[in-house]
Amino acid sequence: MNNNFIIETKSLTKEYKRDEFRIMALHQASIQIEKGEFLALMGPSGSGKSTLLHLIAAIDRPSSGEVTVLGQNLQALSDKEIARWRNEHVGFVFQTFNLIPVLTARENVELPLLLTHLSKKERIDHAETALKLVGLGDRMGHYPRQLSGGQEQRVAIARAIVTDPALILADEPTGDLDSQSANEVLTILSKLNKEQNKTVVMVTHDPHAAKFASKIRHLEKGELLPKGVLPQV
Amino acid sequence: MAIPLSYNFRNLRVRKATTVMTALGIALTVAVLLGILAMVAGLKSALQSSGNPLQMIVVRKNSASELVSQVAREAISAIRFKEGIQKFPDGEPMVSAEIVTVMNLPRKNDPEGANVTIRGLSRSGVKMRPEIRMLSGRWFEPGQREVAVGKSVAARFVSASLDHSLHFGRGDWKIVGIFDAGKTAFDSEIWGDLNQIATDFNRSEIMSSALVRAVDPIALQALKTSMADDQRLYLEGKSETEYYAAQTSTARPVEFLGMFVAVIMAIGSSFAAMNTMYAAVARRAREIGTLRILGFSRGSILLSFVFESLLLSLLGGILGIVLVLPMNGLESGIGNSVTFSETGFDFRITPAIIVVGLSFATVMGILGGLLPARTAARADILAALREL
Repeated sequence: MNNNFIIETKSLTKEYKRDEFRIMALHQASIQIEKGEFLALMGPSGSGKSTLLHLIAAIDRPSSGEVTVLGQNLQALSDKEIARWRNEHVGFVFQTFNLIPVLTARENVELPLLLTHLSKKERIDHAETALKLVGLGDRMGHYPRQLSGGQEQRVAIARAIVTDPALILADEPTGDLDSQSANEVLTILSKLNKEQNKTVVMVTHDPHAAKFASKIRHLEKGELLPKGVLPQV
Repeated sequence: MAIPLSYNFRNLRVRKATTVMTALGIALTVAVLLGILAMVAGLKSALQSSGNPLQMIVVRKNSASELVSQVAREAISAIRFKEGIQKFPDGEPMVSAEIVTVMNLPRKNDPEGANVTIRGLSRSGVKMRPEIRMLSGRWFEPGQREVAVGKSVAARFVSASLDHSLHFGRGDWKIVGIFDAGKTAFDSEIWGDLNQIATDFNRSEIMSSALVRAVDPIALQALKTSMADDQRLYLEGKSETEYYAAQTSTARPVEFLGMFVAVIMAIGSSFAAMNTMYAAVARRAREIGTLRILGFSRGSILLSFVFESLLLSLLGGILGIVLVLPMNGLESGIGNSVTFSETGFDFRITPAIIVVGLSFATVMGILGGLLPARTAARADILAALREL
């Protein structure tokens, strides 16, 4: 494996069974993503882009094929090992933010740090630093319901980066945002990529969002299209 | 590390109405259990603290209580000369012949009334119970139709107060004193002069029992043996403390019924807690999925939801204790199946009973929370994230 590749998948296939039907969500997808890349995975609904992201994050297991992230073959890990691995190496940003409503912004960001060996004070310091980084230093004690959508997503990004992971995976991070908030979020992701050399893989169907990425790959009907090839309209 | 406890506390606070309703259900269950236990504790305390460990009650062989016992006066005279009996300063042996009978008295809250024990005894019998003190008035005079009543009788029965009269036997008996027996079974008795009561009930030669005080525990045992071996007397001696302690069996049917009702209610309350927690798990499916993605293990999720259920039930337990606390010290009475009369007691909410209540609530919480928590822990991450 090329040491520059932070993610490498080989013939990755995911097939679902629903009643008597077999649904091919992803078919023979092979991709290599270099360290420090900002890759946008694009495609229409049902094209398999989220499935690919979930397999890279080890949220789901492939039907066949291999996925290696940061030199770790994910199929070789147990559920418990995967949970710990994900906590250490992956920050995940969801379309719907998925903040815990009963916890404040700082407490939400502190959550992944509870699984580390940091002291309470260190955890609070890290969480506050992450929130300041996304421009929410003045919103630390606010609950999600007291924040706008864009602010919620920025808290989610702070939560994703608080453990200082090498990889940030974002699933339609601007899907629920107005254009101004979307730009703010994308700018933050782009900064994290350029200034902190974080590898970012973002699923989107928004061409404007994809412009923030350094590379774009398209998927269609579960197939990863070759570089530079666009789906047929 | 586990999911922070504030997550559970705040979730309970957020769904206030559901939390309060479920906790109230558990509170009522705990209150029923504690009410029964407080009653049993009060009754046991009244009966188990009655009597002097150096004294024994002599009754006819195989008599379960003084009420059904018949002891000839001459047999009691024979007992007086046995070895090992303590003596009064004037040299008289500490042996008190006593008559026990019952009469029906109307209660303040129940005109149909209940049976009350009447004890005929001499002044020696009173002196042999020095722990009993006169609250108001004086002791009865020999040869007079006078009685002293226990404070529980005075509090619970009509016309049982000082200077009033009670009608039993062949006429009226004036209440000249109210005594305090320290919340023992004697508080539920009416005491009068032995000979006067014997005359009224035509029992001049047949007593119910004799109270005998030994010089020491070894002498007490020897007296019991001597009494059992004496075929002529056909009597048996029972340690006074053991005699009253044995009457706690009176509480068993109520205790059983109460526990049965409490357990049935507890099953219902566990289902209520389970229902609440299942709803919580369903509503927070996405949060569960998110926590899993952040790296929290299935075990952490399970623990968190069990803990939340535990919090809910402990809140109910504390509410139940608060509900039942005003009962502490409340005076009541129960029909004693051994003496066929009512024994008064105070409800006693002891620290041990509070611990039982909290433990009971804990068990309900764990039982109610375990299955929903298991469902939460086993949830598929992607399926959980797709929930609305």
